[in-house]
Amino acid sequence: MAEMNQKQNFLKGIIKENPIFVMLLGMCPTLGVTSSAFNGLGMGVATLFVLLMSNIVVSLVKNLIPAKVRIPAFIIIIASFVTIVEMILEAFVPLLYEQLGIFIPLIVVNCIILGRAEAFASKNNVLSSIFDALGMGIGFVLALTILGSVREMLGSGSLFGLTFLPETANTFILFILPPGAFIALAYLTVMFNRLTSKTT
Amino acid sequence: MDYIIILIAAVFVNNIVLSQFLGICPFLGVSNKVSTSVGMSGAVLFVMTIATTVTYLLNQYVLIPAGLDYLRTITFILVIAALVQMVEIILKKASPPLYQALGVFLPLITTNCAVLGVAILALGLENGSLVKAVFFAISNSLGFGLALVVFASIREQLELANIPEGMKGVPINLLVAGLLSLAFLGFTALV
Repeated sequence: MAEMNQKQNFLKGIIKENPIFVMLLGMCPTLGVTSSAFNGLGMGVATLFVLLMSNIVVSLVKNLIPAKVRIPAFIIIIASFVTIVEMILEAFVPLLYEQLGIFIPLIVVNCIILGRAEAFASKNNVLSSIFDALGMGIGFVLALTILGSVREMLGSGSLFGLTFLPETANTFILFILPPGAFIALAYLTVMFNRLTSKTT
Repeated sequence: MDYIIILIAAVFVNNIVLSQFLGICPFLGVSNKVSTSVGMSGAVLFVMTIATTVTYLLNQYVLIPAGLDYLRTITFILVIAALVQMVEIILKKASPPLYQALGVFLPLITTNCAVLGVAILALGLENGSLVKAVFFAISNSLGFGLALVVFASIREQLELANIPEGMKGVPINLLVAGLLSLAFLGFTALV
């Protein structure tokens, strides 16, 4: 039974409660950095790391924090891990660090992370929180990578930087510009809803 | 001249919502009525201006001299959270009608990434000064307000439209936002 629950904790984030397509959390980085598949993946992994670490810490210290100050306490925990991620990215992947820019410090205000801390990690044990964070995080990574891939393929005729169209080909440049983010996400959400409503 | 360029750039060309994707959550969340969107814009104007003033001074006179700029993210988010609380308490006492109008929106603003985003962006302005940073914050909150109010007016009309089943709700809103963003793209050559 316990095993079943962990599996559920893990799987719900990927499809049934997918943070982007179903819950619409963390929209700013979703739209802001997905002009290429690589950026989407990078942002997703950075967020996954912060989410996982903050869920672990919050579920460990949940009994030590007075209820009244729990939100500021969660924010400090999250902000510390964001600072760590910022330093790691700057040191090891400076290219990605430059591309993501302002959206790295803004992981702090990504509603997914505070949302999971408040709704899940502060009420459950460490193991469940880890599975919850992994599920939600992977759901987020997938959504960002798919959106990034679609926009990159339509907008620059390449995928993860590998060009598959000749240089002279006309591509939908619109899709790597800001409006393309909204439009691509709109149609992806329609498709996601269609696919999930069939299976359930 | 500098200031006019900052204003036009922030409101039209680099609109904070439609081209920089900051503050999307309130943009999609509280835009179903024009009246609430006006309230939200007012609250954002208020908090963003104060927050940028405080964080700019803090960065300039505390964090940089002490060599602690790597603590910027933590400090800023704490300052904003504390500030929102304070503004709420002061407004409640000092100006009940204003509190009535903005009260509900204030707690939502802590997690509005536009406030933190503008506070960080304001540090990177060319020949930055406090006045410039504050002006930048005001311009950006006007841009936020413009986008939000226009979007809310379209959504009010949309209530009456006949929309395909699958597009109802979130997808159609995103699509409208996309078209709005496309319209704002037309301002690109202005500055």
